Amino acid sequence: MATKAGRSSRKFKIYRRRRWVDGGDGVVHLRTRSIRRRRGQKPPRKDPGPRPLPRAQKPRHPARPQPFGVYRGPFGRLEATRLLNRAGFGPAPGQAEKLARMGLRKAVLSLTRPKGQAKLIGPDPVDGEGLALAPYDSWGHDHLWWLDRMVRTNQPFKERMALVFHDWFATSNASVSQQRQMIDQYWTLRAGAYGTFDDLVLKITRDPAMLQWLNGGENNKWSPNENYARELMELFTLGADRGAYTENDVREAARALTGWRYDWDDDLGAINFRYDPEFHDDDPKTIFGKKGGWGWKDVCRLCVTHRLHASFFVDKLWSYFVPAAPSKGTRQALIRLYLKNGRRILPVVEAILQHPDFYRGPPMVKPPVVFNASLLRALGLPIQTDAWTWLGDGAGQQLFLPPNVAGWDDERWLDTSTVRARWLMVTYALDSRHHDAWDDSYRERESTREAVNRALARLGWPALRSDHQNELVAMADRIPAYVKDDWQRRPYLAMRQNALLQLIASSPDFQLS
Amino acid sequence: MTRSRCCSNYTRSSLFRSAAARAGDGLPSIEPGMPVPAGTGLTRRGFIAGAAGLALAVYAAGKTPLPLFEDGIAQAAQSDRVIVSIFLDGGADTMSLLAPVGHARYHELRPVLALGEGEGTPFSEDPSLHWHPAATGISQLHAEGKVTVFPAVGYDDANQSHFTSRHFWEVGELDTDARTGWMGRYLDLVGSNDNPLQGLSLSNTLAPALATRDKPVAAVEGVTDYDLWSWVDEPVSDEMFKSFKRMGSMKSESPALRDSRRAIRSTNIIRESLASFGEFEAPVVYPDARLGQQLSGLAALLGAGMPLRCVSVTADGAYDTHSAQKEELDGAIKATSDSILAFQRDLEARGLQDRVLVQVWSEFGRRPEENGSAGTDHGAAGVSLLIGSRASGRMVGEFPGLVNLDADDNLRHTSDFRAMYCSLLEQWMGHDAAPIIPGASRFARPTLLKP
Repeated sequence: MATKAGRSSRKFKIYRRRRWVDGGDGVVHLRTRSIRRRRGQKPPRKDPGPRPLPRAQKPRHPARPQPFGVYRGPFGRLEATRLLNRAGFGPAPGQAEKLARMGLRKAVLSLTRPKGQAKLIGPDPVDGEGLALAPYDSWGHDHLWWLDRMVRTNQPFKERMALVFHDWFATSNASVSQQRQMIDQYWTLRAGAYGTFDDLVLKITRDPAMLQWLNGGENNKWSPNENYARELMELFTLGADRGAYTENDVREAARALTGWRYDWDDDLGAINFRYDPEFHDDDPKTIFGKKGGWGWKDVCRLCVTHRLHASFFVDKLWSYFVPAAPSKGTRQALIRLYLKNGRRILPVVEAILQHPDFYRGPPMVKPPVVFNASLLRALGLPIQTDAWTWLGDGAGQQLFLPPNVAGWDDERWLDTSTVRARWLMVTYALDSRHHDAWDDSYRERESTREAVNRALARLGWPALRSDHQNELVAMADRIPAYVKDDWQRRPYLAMRQNALLQLIASSPDFQLS
Repeated sequence: MTRSRCCSNYTRSSLFRSAAARAGDGLPSIEPGMPVPAGTGLTRRGFIAGAAGLALAVYAAGKTPLPLFEDGIAQAAQSDRVIVSIFLDGGADTMSLLAPVGHARYHELRPVLALGEGEGTPFSEDPSLHWHPAATGISQLHAEGKVTVFPAVGYDDANQSHFTSRHFWEVGELDTDARTGWMGRYLDLVGSNDNPLQGLSLSNTLAPALATRDKPVAAVEGVTDYDLWSWVDEPVSDEMFKSFKRMGSMKSESPALRDSRRAIRSTNIIRESLASFGEFEAPVVYPDARLGQQLSGLAALLGAGMPLRCVSVTADGAYDTHSAQKEELDGAIKATSDSILAFQRDLEARGLQDRVLVQVWSEFGRRPEENGSAGTDHGAAGVSLLIGSRASGRMVGEFPGLVNLDADDNLRHTSDFRAMYCSLLEQWMGHDAAPIIPGASRFARPTLLKP
């Protein structure tokens, strides 16, 4: 560091001066610089002074959809945070900085192609009574189990893709016998991003949870059931109302999908899933104008090789990561990329995560479970309460229990009921991170600025918009006026700190990605 | 034990993310118009609403004397009519609700699911139809002349997708790109800028039929426990909520931020309105069903003079009965029917029966021919009901019979849901349907109310 200033000499003396440097990205660092002064001259001030508030983010209009390509703008802490929020579950303290230092491409690949086995880091999750979770057996523990994986994993992208496909092939515990079958499906979905979409559709079509949920296991040659055939086309591979298929295609595909069956056990529910040729309708069927003795694998193939599949796939995948529709050129390029790679999923995701729209486009609302996980990651909190399950439900997203086969409606996360549940998530997260106002323990005599900085530090320095930061500072400024008696000081300042934490985490800055 | 299975409990869906399937795309991205924040210049006032004996907290102009304020609520309570839309989620098999037992082919099409000989109460306006044995509540109200039945309501070229058909019903037109709900458009025309309770979803997400262009509306799952707890007490909490509320009315440069602000703003208004709406005594006994509990809370809100106009609620039960239909449907019909009966009795006990009309609907009826899993697949026309003391009690359209089905072997419709909306708007809500329902002039205006 002292290179420019050189070494002390007879004539000059080198001083180390510490000062605050604002990165413009929500964090103020302490930097040390060496300064050369002529001997006898007044030495520079040693004390860096009180820590200033981070410079707030100026509101900026998001850019319009950009052409296909790789984002070339600055890739700093803010961009890395967006990447972690959308391709993972938000940064743990320091993680965004680490990612930013890699540069865009390496940062994306470090998420999408992590080295080694995934690890869960930190204490194991427990329920409200301190007992280990029972995700196969206890209601709601499946939600906690996965939420914990989202919070503690060192490979968050895998969990995020599992969440994407859990929404895409939405299956619900509501009509599945055992939570174990849902968790088995979760492992299939989690691995899905690393193969072709063809494979994923094949695996899902024969997945025991799905065979129950969409009646595939009750679809036989004597009494065909259209449920799976319809949703396979409408929601999984082709999309409704775009001329991709007819009602007749649905009925014929249902016949082609016949043959899966299972047994019923009074204790376990559906068991022994298998394909039984006796149950399969061998007669010829006509699907998408093609006639043949089609079976279940053929239906999957016919759907993913349909001329309208790739565009459906690209639009749907894109919408999980970028809120505004892609430009025509981008869409076409992604379709080409998808087809050129034999319908492998990962190359398309990696292209989206490096696209200019991802970084320069508008923000999106974090899904409730992503918000929840990002809050716990920021605070460094393990799973210690069952409350996350009902809070997730209240916020509109209980894992393994999507509202219907179309999954969650990502465009309608926020209303008066779900905002309340998100607020309560913050309250519960602060259960072990707030300051007790009434036990006289809060001894800080902090200024407004110190109070805001303290709250920001506790939440891992989220970057705030200037209007929000000004509001928080104004709020914090008003509290001391309420202190009329000496006994009120400690409780009110403790509550001010709690209010700042609550507001920062409930603000749009923390709710959006 | 058999378990009922269904493709799901259908609500709106992220299907709308698909660029091609545009049904309702953008409903959440409604331009807010950023009206002056509700509550600006108003003060929170607590008082006991006379009739119901309920402690309320409402917002009013700072110096309004409380008695005047109470008078104002009393007047509103006498004038505003309320529509309560009850949704049977998943496509209800209304051929079970109102079973065509006297029709040719009924037993042939429904070998497993047909009502037994002599089961169910005959429908007095057409004895070839029988009310489901579990629907005693509704059949009783019908006998009192308080139920207007649409035995086969639908639209041309019925769409058999849950999401698309439901969307059509929600937006009141056959347009997959429509962005506002039919009740939402009504509220846009007559609603207030400061009263999210005027369009109330009794659920944890907003009903799309209530989606407005710019007027505030609300979703509240439980009316008695809506509070935002925190580790902050007064007086600091007052300052905290002031700040939170301000975040709801700051500038937005993107749809997501705007949605977030709108929701924060409405959340704060609802919190202030419901903060002290605690436990209440219902004058009648409700069944132990979710719908019953919600309707009992709704009756209490109405009894307390809360300024509601359009309310949406989803009935108990999973109606998408592709298999083992009977087990699921019997319970669902009973819970729904008993809850509606209790709600009507509650309104009568409170003297509110002439202000409230209930509308029951589903996205489609199910296929007349049952499938091989003791269930039914997606169909076309279904039954809708209008229930209330002011309802005409005379059916609209006839049951079309089971011999002459449509090209997909589904029931043909004998009335159009948009005609029902037009009549509801004009006869019940007192507003011209033309600016609300596209092509309103093309639709009949069935008589829905007593003269």
